[in-house]
Amino acid sequence: MNEPVDVLIIGAGASGAAVAWSLAETRMRIVCLEQGDWPKSNDFPSTGTDWEARALEDYAISPNRRALEADYPVNDDDSPIKIANYNGVGGGTVFYAAHFPRLHPSDFRVKSLDGVAEDWPLDYGTLEPFYALNDRMMGVSGLAGDPAYPQKEAVMPPIAMGRTGEVLGTAMNRLGWHWWPSDAAIATEEYEGRAPCINLGQCGSGCAQGAKASTDVTYWPEAIRSRIEVRTKCRVSRIETNDADMATGVHYFDADGKEVFQPAEIVIMACNGIGTPRILLNSASSRFPDGLANSSGLVGKNLMLHPYAQIRGHFDERLDGYRGPPICVWSMEFYETDPARDFLRGYSYQFSRGIGPARTAINGFADGMVPWGEGHHAAFRRLFERSAGMVSVCEDLPEETNRVTLDPDLKDGNGIPAPRITYRLSDNTRKMLEHSVARGVEILQAAGAHDITTKAPVPYAGWHLLGTARMGRDPERSVVNEWGRSHDVKNLFIVDGSVFVTSGGVNPTSTIQAVALYVADQIKSRIYELFD
Amino acid sequence: MTTMSDKQPPAPLTDIERVTLLCVAGHMIPASVEYGVPGADDLRIFADITRSIDRDREALGKALQVVNDLSDGMILALSRAEQAKRLAEFRTRHADLAGVIESVVARCYYRDDRVMASIGMEARPAFPKGYKVEQGDLSLLDPVRARGRIYRDAG
Repeated sequence: MNEPVDVLIIGAGASGAAVAWSLAETRMRIVCLEQGDWPKSNDFPSTGTDWEARALEDYAISPNRRALEADYPVNDDDSPIKIANYNGVGGGTVFYAAHFPRLHPSDFRVKSLDGVAEDWPLDYGTLEPFYALNDRMMGVSGLAGDPAYPQKEAVMPPIAMGRTGEVLGTAMNRLGWHWWPSDAAIATEEYEGRAPCINLGQCGSGCAQGAKASTDVTYWPEAIRSRIEVRTKCRVSRIETNDADMATGVHYFDADGKEVFQPAEIVIMACNGIGTPRILLNSASSRFPDGLANSSGLVGKNLMLHPYAQIRGHFDERLDGYRGPPICVWSMEFYETDPARDFLRGYSYQFSRGIGPARTAINGFADGMVPWGEGHHAAFRRLFERSAGMVSVCEDLPEETNRVTLDPDLKDGNGIPAPRITYRLSDNTRKMLEHSVARGVEILQAAGAHDITTKAPVPYAGWHLLGTARMGRDPERSVVNEWGRSHDVKNLFIVDGSVFVTSGGVNPTSTIQAVALYVADQIKSRIYELFD
Repeated sequence: MTTMSDKQPPAPLTDIERVTLLCVAGHMIPASVEYGVPGADDLRIFADITRSIDRDREALGKALQVVNDLSDGMILALSRAEQAKRLAEFRTRHADLAGVIESVVARCYYRDDRVMASIGMEARPAFPKGYKVEQGDLSLLDPVRARGRIYRDAG
């Protein structure tokens, strides 16, 4: 058995890093267990000419395809959207595009405003200072004044919107629709020792420049300077409890495969919306036969994934191609509920630049626009560096039938049961996807695109893992309270996307981290009555 | 779970798989005098393809088996026109398997120095030199600003 610690954090990704950094000032003994290793920026795909191949191999977004030692398998056969993740220090931020929108004020009041789902026990105003703090810690670039949001500070100038942003923005102006340069967690100038973006274009496979704000280069270096320990290659299997229904620590497998018990006074879960319910369900015991912290029966339920539609077109002129951060501009035109539509809630658009040559050919083959044989070269050249488009990020409403359970057969390398995903698109989501495809085609046509292709839902886009241990004041309708503490286990906290009550229609990392900072702040301010 | 580190390296292609893949690659992306590029059956490119199959080994084996089955195991004995006809049939009937071969071939073909030069790419990694992207004209946002706030109050 290891020496006891005050705080044990499971997972070193977006939220684990933020909560660790915030708690560092307490001078408590804090350890973070991470199943993966530190990413090595000199090994990222952009350091070689084989970058497109590696994005499909050891840097593939699917853990099932990647299948590295750090990965655990996910049975997603019963879902039209396949799970994407990265297991290592930095978590999903190592692979994310660093597109960094916040939720909107209305996202926290879905039930009150639109009569569906549930309201959050928090509101935008409560989280706003934590959004701002997180923007400074991560280093967010953007353009102040976006009329789709309450006023917020821009830490650095926006990333280049490039010719792609100009062309699509001009089309949006023709249609009279909202668009704005994206907030991006990408340094556009020297920032806290990080070099500025040089448009490598491969944010999705790790940033060799270190300009992208993955938490291994933002929060963790500062947290480690404050004596927080990150213990890598340590995979937690279950959380132990005592007769007082308090967590006593966790069991984990170390790098040598040896099972170790780590005692802790406080356990904080930061394992994402699949990893967290997996561990909670695997922590079932005689005291908690349905899984830990699961008196509500909601652990693993209400999984939300943000269905994407993809709409892409091709242009006569050369655009930015594979250069630059892939996402350059967003639109919130269809974000808020509109009674004139046949669905509730809405979606955002991410406007994206082009793709590399291999991907151009592979997609061109699949879409019937690039033939085999003599016509290949001419057809390829009509597409390469001339593509642009968008994905819609559709709000996924919580449904208990969409869930994470433990697979009865599949296990990871340590013998821990793997998660199984059961997920269906709702009628509301389907209508939203269709609407976003139709409007997307209009946008591309207004921009002068030809050879427009659409795909909905995008299958390999299960990045946003939300809702499976949601927060709320009612213990019968939520897993953690309004400040992230389990209703059932008073020294167990959850800070990752599991706690989302609803998903909004934007990428969640900014909100995940703001919530993590908020929960850390609550822990600090309630430290003398934390377990009451 | 079997991780990649536990796995043996992918089995090398059998002779019949190798010649079948070579044939398919040459049909998929032939050499072009007009564009000054080799085909995907160029020896250097094909060597890269065969050592880079990695996670697609099993699926590629299935795909090549189907190609052979469609040509009664005799694809190399067919005329080039007949080969093209059988491969077109393969693409139509087995788009998913054709996609595996397309991916295996394209991701190596389009990193060959000669091919990259032909399509206007510098034959170098993105890092450390990076690329230039224009900032763009932010005055295009004036109409968006003029329209004003679009988010909802939430109490």
